[in-house]
Amino acid sequence: MLQEESDLSLIIAQIVQKLKGSNLYAQLERQAWASLQRPEIKLESLKEDIKEFFKISGWEKKLQNAVYSELSVFPLPSHPAAPPEHLKEPLVYMRKAQGSWEKRILKSLNSMCTELSIPLARKRPVGEQKELLNKWNEMGTDEPDLSLFRPVYAPKDFLEVLINLRNPNYENGDSLSFRTHLGLIQVPLKVKDIPELKEFFVELGLTTGQLGIDDSTQVPPELFENEHVRIGQKVLAEQDSAAAQQYIRQGSPTALRAELWALILNISSQPEDILYYEQLKTNVIQHDLLVDSLIYKDVKLTASNDDYYFVFEDYLYQVLLCFSRDTSVLGHFAYSSASPPKSYIRGKLGLEEYAVFYPPNGVIPFHGFSMYVAPLCFLYHEPSKLYQIFREMYVRFFFRLHSISSHPSLFYHLREIGAQPLRISFKWMVRAFSGYLATDQLLLLWDRILGYNSLEILAVLAAAVFAFRAVNLMEVTSLAAAEAVLADLSTLKVMPLLQIFLFATVT
Amino acid sequence: MAGKVKWVTDIEKSVLINNFEKRGWVQVTENEDWNFYWMSVQTIRSVFSVETGYRLSDDQIVNHFPNHYELTRKDLMVKNIKRYRKELEKEGSPLAEKDENGKYLYLDFVPVTYMLPADYNLFVEEFRKSPSSTWIMKPCGKAQGKGIFLINKLSQIKKWSRDSKTSSFVSQSTKEAYVISLYINNPLLIGGRKFDLRLYVLVSTYRPLRCYMYKLGFCRFCTVKYTPSTSELDNMFVHLTNVAIQKHGALGSSGCIAWTPRPFCHQEDYNHIHGGKWTVNNLRLYLESTRGKEVTSKLFDEIHWIIVQSLKAVAPVMNNDKHCFECYGYDIIIDDRLKPWLIEVNASPSLTSSTANDRILKYNLINDTLNIAVPNGEIPDCKWNKSPPKEVLGNYEILYDEELAQGDGADRELRSRPGQSLGPRGGRSRDSGRTVLTTWK
Repeated sequence: MLQEESDLSLIIAQIVQKLKGSNLYAQLERQAWASLQRPEIKLESLKEDIKEFFKISGWEKKLQNAVYSELSVFPLPSHPAAPPEHLKEPLVYMRKAQGSWEKRILKSLNSMCTELSIPLARKRPVGEQKELLNKWNEMGTDEPDLSLFRPVYAPKDFLEVLINLRNPNYENGDSLSFRTHLGLIQVPLKVKDIPELKEFFVELGLTTGQLGIDDSTQVPPELFENEHVRIGQKVLAEQDSAAAQQYIRQGSPTALRAELWALILNISSQPEDILYYEQLKTNVIQHDLLVDSLIYKDVKLTASNDDYYFVFEDYLYQVLLCFSRDTSVLGHFAYSSASPPKSYIRGKLGLEEYAVFYPPNGVIPFHGFSMYVAPLCFLYHEPSKLYQIFREMYVRFFFRLHSISSHPSLFYHLREIGAQPLRISFKWMVRAFSGYLATDQLLLLWDRILGYNSLEILAVLAAAVFAFRAVNLMEVTSLAAAEAVLADLSTLKVMPLLQIFLFATVT
Repeated sequence: MAGKVKWVTDIEKSVLINNFEKRGWVQVTENEDWNFYWMSVQTIRSVFSVETGYRLSDDQIVNHFPNHYELTRKDLMVKNIKRYRKELEKEGSPLAEKDENGKYLYLDFVPVTYMLPADYNLFVEEFRKSPSSTWIMKPCGKAQGKGIFLINKLSQIKKWSRDSKTSSFVSQSTKEAYVISLYINNPLLIGGRKFDLRLYVLVSTYRPLRCYMYKLGFCRFCTVKYTPSTSELDNMFVHLTNVAIQKHGALGSSGCIAWTPRPFCHQEDYNHIHGGKWTVNNLRLYLESTRGKEVTSKLFDEIHWIIVQSLKAVAPVMNNDKHCFECYGYDIIIDDRLKPWLIEVNASPSLTSSTANDRILKYNLINDTLNIAVPNGEIPDCKWNKSPPKEVLGNYEILYDEELAQGDGADRELRSRPGQSLGPRGGRSRDSGRTVLTTWK
């Protein structure tokens, strides 16, 4: 009992500490001072009256949302004596694997840099700055020569690392076991099995209305959709993050989705946020980074060729170039198994005082990275808001899709559920299915990521696709043919598939 | 009479020919006995012309109405719509209601247009009212963006002025007739880009009017960003979205202003995978997500409305020959207030495919069109009632059926116009749950 209490007070202390540095704290203070003018605030009962005022004016709700937001990424409580790297990733062999993976990436980046004789960063001459500023809204029309650049890594490289992960402490006695030969990934981790998944995803059950199923043209809207929309509007009016998160498990109506996601991610476009974005934009104008070319290349290779997202090419540059320079993103490394790559000023290799994080946000983009941003362009057309939403999605969810950790989210599910994780499903997962599903289906899927605050649904969907193409798969005789059977998800309806897989299949 | 349908075409496109062959139809020449002829617009002119024309027999069907140009020529379309509006006004129809500025509330869907040189003086009067406006000059008889240019100064169209010394006799003939329309300089932009809508509409008969809308229309995006500044007037890539232009670069045209491709617009800009197109469903998703459901539904209702009104406008003058059906390509632009504008109607929408997706779309379009126009793929009898069963519609849905509409009482039409409180959902097609076309008649 005592341990739990002290755990809780530790968490509370940490969150309070974190929020004290935030803009919300300053606003609350200002509001409290301003409220003293109000007639209902009496000196004798100052504390209670101010609390009451906060409740009525909605400021308490804002604070609740902020706390809720912090909790959603908070690492699980651990032993007070645990070193910080333990918080990032408790398993030593995983830490080591992530470390060497990072070294590889950085080496690749550095060698590209040397080969092409391009500095990692350089200040732009004034003329170039002016030109870029003029072209800011149409960087897509630029045709820089990117032929010599190559993506630093692709999902398949990451998969190779995962496949070769071995726990040195784990002795698999019967080495010829059928199970170990099934999945590609050999790591024995505790993951949810189907009954546990059913419980976790209970709102996706057969008797609960879902958007993505119960809003189809054959179903009269009075049965579910109208009521669901009404509730959604109410949730938005209340501005309650937790309620929104619960609500969105059944899917979001298209018209409410942008606001609901912003509420759940606790994004409200304050003037400070817009200023911050403008500051990042200025950084982009003034300095050119090597990773910028990687970003350009990625956008040109992926989003520009996508049926849905090609329209938003320019927005992608505006978001990703700024993202690379955003040092606030470094904060997420506290709870990620990854660490930001360090670079040294020329000639000062190894000297810590000359070390900088490179890129400034610590995230080296890989092939397909821009696809994390692309679907969001269907929801937000104001660049700074789009930026904030993407950044929050990244530091809450997407970062896990390309780092090695034991966090109970991902790839290991595939083996446990008995699926056959061919390389192709791995590609789906790393991109969170972006670019593989039709956009409306993808958004319904990401609704559930937000609703359950977990990426597990991605693994479940991958397994479900396998299960339902199983018949076709059994007839193939080559890997290429298998991949062809699975290749096209563009007509897939996500929710019926998930629902049947979880709740209607006899296991 | 059992037998295979004999077909002819003078448009050698695989999406057509594959469709004929898959039905087991037999190809013949135009001199033989044929049942189905997919004609170009030149051919239809000669088939129905007074000198060279011939009578079609009951088992022959063609894909154009004899005087389709009443709808598909830019000047005639505008003329017919103006006439239609005036008629409604004369009858005192509420459809012709105007606002305090004299603009039609429900029938203002074509940008202000004048014929040149005939209406030159009228145009000048209008131009002087808003001298900073931009106008677009389009030759009446051409397609694919050929010969189109923008002007913002009267001096730029001097040669169309009736009393100008420089106007030659040639420019007075109908061959060189132009229409000049107010340029929509506030188009809805997505991702900063301008786009237009291409929708396919099948008309099986004009009296009674029966028309179908293809559900899989698409948006055509410009390669480069849109800026309304006057310096951009010469960058026709921005303004013109016709895919043909996007694909081939500058087509050039005499007498137009600086028709020069900008340095960053090369032919490779035309992306070979998506071809700069979006499905109408993508548009819907985007608009609902960023603007809300009500305004999006209203927009789509209005689009359906203006298509039907344009068909009603030409119906009285159309030669409703029972051997004919027609599949039109409607070009529509949406402005930033989410108002749709009818730009033009094409009698021969392009059957060339720019991408794999495009090929599939056009193949299916022809397939569904043939299923409706030639029931069961059998030798046609042009006397049939042109009421196909619901199952053969494919990706088409009924846009307007005059017989059905009249059957439910004419007053329904007046009650549920766009802008008024909409009729009950599922008003017309009660058995199909919900369709997008049910909020008005």
